[in-house]
Amino acid sequence: MAEQVLAADGTPLKASLNRALRRQKMRALVLILPLLLFILATFIYPIGQMLFRSVENGIVSETIPRTVVALDDWDTQENDLPPATVFDALAKDLAVAVELKEHTRLGSRLNYELSGISSLFRKTGRRVDDIGEIYTDQLVALDPAWEDPATWVTLMADPDWIAAQAAWDGEGDEPAFVVSATAIDMLPQTADIYADFARVIQSGDNDSPTEEEPWHIVSLALYQDLIASPSVDIPGPLAGLVSTAAAAAPSFETEDVIATFTDVDDDWQNPEVWETIYTYSPAYTNGYFLNAIDLQKTTDGIEWQPENEQVYLTLFLRTMIMSMTITISCILLGYPVAWMLANLPARKANLLMILVLLPFWTSLLVRTSAWKVLLQNQGVINDLLVWVGFIADDNRLALINNATGTVIAMTHILLPFMILPLYSVMQTIPISYLRAAKSLGATNWTAFWRVYFPQSVPGIGAGSILVFILSIGYYITPEIVGGTKGVFISNRIAYHISSSLNWGLAAALGAILLAIVLALYWAYDRIVGIDNVKLGG
Amino acid sequence: MSLPIYATTGQKIWYYSFRVIVGLILFFLIAPIIIIIPLSFNAQDFFTFTPEMLALDPEGYSLKHYRDFFSNQDWIRPLKNSLIIAPFATIISVSLGTLAAIGLSQSHVPFRRGIMAILISPMIVPLIISATGMFFFYSQMGLWMENTFGISKSLSGYIKVILAHAALGIPFVIITVTATLVGFDQSLTRAAANMGATPTVTFFRVQMPLILPGVISGGLFAFITSFDEVVVVLFVGAAAQKTLPWQMFTGLREQISPTILAVATVLVGISILLLATVELLRRRSERLRGMSPT
Repeated sequence: MAEQVLAADGTPLKASLNRALRRQKMRALVLILPLLLFILATFIYPIGQMLFRSVENGIVSETIPRTVVALDDWDTQENDLPPATVFDALAKDLAVAVELKEHTRLGSRLNYELSGISSLFRKTGRRVDDIGEIYTDQLVALDPAWEDPATWVTLMADPDWIAAQAAWDGEGDEPAFVVSATAIDMLPQTADIYADFARVIQSGDNDSPTEEEPWHIVSLALYQDLIASPSVDIPGPLAGLVSTAAAAAPSFETEDVIATFTDVDDDWQNPEVWETIYTYSPAYTNGYFLNAIDLQKTTDGIEWQPENEQVYLTLFLRTMIMSMTITISCILLGYPVAWMLANLPARKANLLMILVLLPFWTSLLVRTSAWKVLLQNQGVINDLLVWVGFIADDNRLALINNATGTVIAMTHILLPFMILPLYSVMQTIPISYLRAAKSLGATNWTAFWRVYFPQSVPGIGAGSILVFILSIGYYITPEIVGGTKGVFISNRIAYHISSSLNWGLAAALGAILLAIVLALYWAYDRIVGIDNVKLGG
Repeated sequence: MSLPIYATTGQKIWYYSFRVIVGLILFFLIAPIIIIIPLSFNAQDFFTFTPEMLALDPEGYSLKHYRDFFSNQDWIRPLKNSLIIAPFATIISVSLGTLAAIGLSQSHVPFRRGIMAILISPMIVPLIISATGMFFFYSQMGLWMENTFGISKSLSGYIKVILAHAALGIPFVIITVTATLVGFDQSLTRAAANMGATPTVTFFRVQMPLILPGVISGGLFAFITSFDEVVVVLFVGAAAQKTLPWQMFTGLREQISPTILAVATVLVGISILLLATVELLRRRSERLRGMSPT
């Protein structure tokens, strides 16, 4: 066995080296760490958070939780309306949501899936606080104590909360309402909705349940509880009041909640509305992704969107085709320039290089404004063409606000990104190979096509992927010179973020775009290596 | 690639026509930028050459668009905002980016590829996606800053845009500085340590002067990235943080005014300056590191 080599301090050399290596690794990591954390926190995390929105759908089950639970038992295949319990649940949910002003948000969310729901929710929201009024009136007629907020508090609140509320000095926030266990046990529906009422009153209106009469919907819940358990026996001072109400309840005049809803809007009779709510009730959905590729979710499974609403696949396809056109134009224009740069003497090449680098360094907005000015109907290019006589004055070319404008302007903007990698590859190809080929009898074309061109392919690959990646995600230039026919998927994402506010769909479109770009980036890394990205020559 | 004396007529024709083609392509590259310079001196509010201009009549030219640029608050405020945001964003990207680039250029870095991919990602991810992600993130962060530290809405707005731009500038700093460090002789730091210099002294007296050209050109890239950026600031910033590109973008989309040409001309001047500086720095860096000039 070989003798172990020892370091100067007597430890085995191997251990000593390992320790030094570990220290070196640690030092490198410590230097990198601040930036890594910065990028993770302010860049990677926000993008992850945004992408999460493409599947997140908590708004339905958060805004109308009771309805979602009640709809669980509904058989969608029967193709008729959900039972009355669902309408009751929706009335309660909406009563809470209207007070919190959340029903319009839910309405706009569901409107993305079925247009018309937004106005349906708004309309219903205005009427929902009348539901149950008939029961309040009858309770009050029975005993005016039902009109007194204190009665309700005594009935519903936990004794500890009542004590805490009484001790509260009016400074700061009132103690958060706690519903009593007895109430939950004996009058479950009333306790449930009353707790929501107290929460909204306290947080939303900064008021106290001890001073506010409950919503009419609470009376409806109480009526239902009393019907469900006529022999309810509430302990405490209100026993008499409640049992009188329980005794009277069966003879109460009742309200048909379904009829009330239908009265507000016939659409509540439309099973499609309910199917939409049902389909989008889970907390996570693939609906946005399906919409992003022109599909839609229905109760019968996944279907194509109606013909006239299919826009996204076309848009993705157009983005791809236009990016490819731009990439090919860049290859055609960039190849000769790169060849020239690579084969001229250094001094002349440097001079020409400035002509390539100046556009590269010039503000994107400047170049876009230049094209907007040049390509206009009354702009320099059309003027020139008219002057030369190529086109008639009354027949000027439409060069802007269409795909042509986008392709011209973006080819110009991205051309340096093609020339620079091509140039750096071509620099390494000795021109003498061409002479050798020719001296062996090749024609000019064969020498170029069989000898030079294959060696320049890595440069074309690198440049093409770079240009394609950049153009596929472009926003500014298409927005300004593209009109409606020349815009990319990015413009649609921006539209959904800032105008239509359909953030989930924007996130889904963004996720698809990002996946395409990352796949290309991976290819780029394999072909070129990310370390070899060069800037400015 | 000069033409040999024995070239045939066909070869001569091809030789010259190829040059003409390349000339035309370079013209396509440079002309749109050059042509807006004379157009910006137009005395009329047109976007094309007026007959007076073509006749080189001094009456056809004027500085009125420049006067408008430097007197109109709609342009002055964005200019100031750009000049506030870009330097701060640059300082953050350069300081963090340089440290990380030095770390990355050490010989043994675990997960080097993965870390590099993360640090470069702001350059790869399409701007619109970065912008939407940042839109949600920074609106929450802005509220949090205002509530926790009690800072004003305008200040938190600037902080948001500066941080967002710093993230976008970082890949450029990383790429230029790591490129400079490729030629850096690590034995110099060992020699310094050998002679008793602390790591800090070594960094500032030995390493920094040698990689400074790379750091500065990385900084210029980061500066121009922030100075030229519009998508992210559109989503993250509020009207109080309107930058020059934002104002140009609004102008281009809505009511295009000839003042934009004056602004563009000034920006072209700035890019020429930046380009010249970066070129000089690159040559200096190559000389310092003993690499042959290309």
